[in-house]
Amino acid sequence: MAREAVIVGVGDVPLKDGRVVGGGSVLQVQARAAKAALDDAGIAMRDVDGLLVAGLWGVPGPGQLASVTLGEYLGIFPRFADTTNIGGSAFEAHVAHAAMAIESGYCDVALIVYGSTQKSERSRTLGGRPPVLTMQFENVWGIPQPVGGYAMAAKRHMHEHGTTQEQLAEVAVATRKWASLNPAATMRDPITIDDVMASTRISDPLKLLDCCLVTDGAGAVVMTTAENAKAHGSRAVNIRGYGEAHTHWSIGAMPDLARLTAAEMSSKAAFDMAGISRDAIDVVECYDSFTITVLLTLEALGFCKRGEGGQFVANQRTAPGGAFPLNTNGGGLSYCHPGMYGIFLLVEAVRQLRGEAGDRQVAGAKTALVHGTGGTLSSGGTVILANH
Amino acid sequence: MTEAAAYDKPLPVIDPGTKPFWDAAREHRLSIPRCRSCGKHHFYPRELCPHCHSDDLEWTDVSGKGEIYSYTIARKPAGPVFAPDVPYVIAMIALDEGPRMLTNIVTSDVEAVRIGDRVTVSFDDVTPEVTLPKFTLDNA
Repeated sequence: MAREAVIVGVGDVPLKDGRVVGGGSVLQVQARAAKAALDDAGIAMRDVDGLLVAGLWGVPGPGQLASVTLGEYLGIFPRFADTTNIGGSAFEAHVAHAAMAIESGYCDVALIVYGSTQKSERSRTLGGRPPVLTMQFENVWGIPQPVGGYAMAAKRHMHEHGTTQEQLAEVAVATRKWASLNPAATMRDPITIDDVMASTRISDPLKLLDCCLVTDGAGAVVMTTAENAKAHGSRAVNIRGYGEAHTHWSIGAMPDLARLTAAEMSSKAAFDMAGISRDAIDVVECYDSFTITVLLTLEALGFCKRGEGGQFVANQRTAPGGAFPLNTNGGGLSYCHPGMYGIFLLVEAVRQLRGEAGDRQVAGAKTALVHGTGGTLSSGGTVILANH
Repeated sequence: MTEAAAYDKPLPVIDPGTKPFWDAAREHRLSIPRCRSCGKHHFYPRELCPHCHSDDLEWTDVSGKGEIYSYTIARKPAGPVFAPDVPYVIAMIALDEGPRMLTNIVTSDVEAVRIGDRVTVSFDDVTPEVTLPKFTLDNA
């Protein structure tokens, strides 16, 4: 019988005011998330033989060889390693790569891990990266990174399609409503469209409440074969399809600022593999680094036509009780955003499909779509999950 | 007697692949690569044409004219060194020759900038070694 890769465990670490409870180094918080996910799966750390890591920690230094460093720290000797880093979507790509490794017999138990202590370390700035290589044509102009690139995409989308700042604000308001239902979320007080419009201007047209949080955080996902899942009594979630793509790094090289080409490519691959239509998706978890990211993503995934993202999210369509449940944990906008958020999209989709999401549970959720975006609208990773 | 404050913002770390662009800028010329195989210009400069992947490239002076494809007004600076400039405009120019280029719009009225505005290059000699090509609005 062919080997089928499944997700069997997810884990994260508790936050208080955006900081990891009890503190800890970036290695400690990743170890805690890994243990939580393995405990959830009922699988021992010693059985992990595939390690998939992407992060922004320890550079220069041990983070340059992230899986090697983390494998050592966890006390395991992986025979499959993947440090694919395409930004915050890396973890969706990791699921794809782990599925292929598991199904080919290259490894049996894959652990995907991410962690960041950027909030506690106050390491985040808008100043960006050193002006070398491609970045010598970006940083010298004082572009706030990464928000400036997303702001230019928003401006272009508004110019081409008549999208309004109020429509962007709808996303922030709806996402906050989901966060209010999630005890683990960092920002839970309700906000209004007016609150978003009146929030501090950052990089026009994006304002503070259009932007994701800056928090700590750590998350992990465990994958193995369906057969192994059964042997361990794990509650497995099936992987129906996946895809990845990237188009540029420099915002100046993005092929079309009003169109998320990477997400169009990765989601087409995922839907083709799954053999299902958009209508079959019950819940969507998509990267919300900024409100504009969500509009571009919904269009690219095919849930609405190009240019119609603003109308699609109007009247709180994506809020609890709305027709299109989206970012049900409160997203990067209100739950947490520790630099590379994509792992938390997977964690939440698995919890929804297992019916573990408490007050924010989407009733009867059977099929979920996860889409990560990385860099400056640079990369996309799509995963379609199901509990049947 | 006062001395001009030293320029403290990021400067390009010029490498062999980009030196002709920065050398030309210092001479107040905007020069970018053009592919002899497919005829298209590109920016930033590459070793292979990003359109057809030919290595048959030449540096060409371009018009320095174009229009604003998109822009943002930075209300928060990209680090403390840009704080005195807030608010300032970062724009992506669609050059008349085709490629897009990130730059600043030099203007006393940031609110007047619009997508589609026609612009022309100007040169800002920020240090003896480095000149930054910026753009001004044609109908300022």
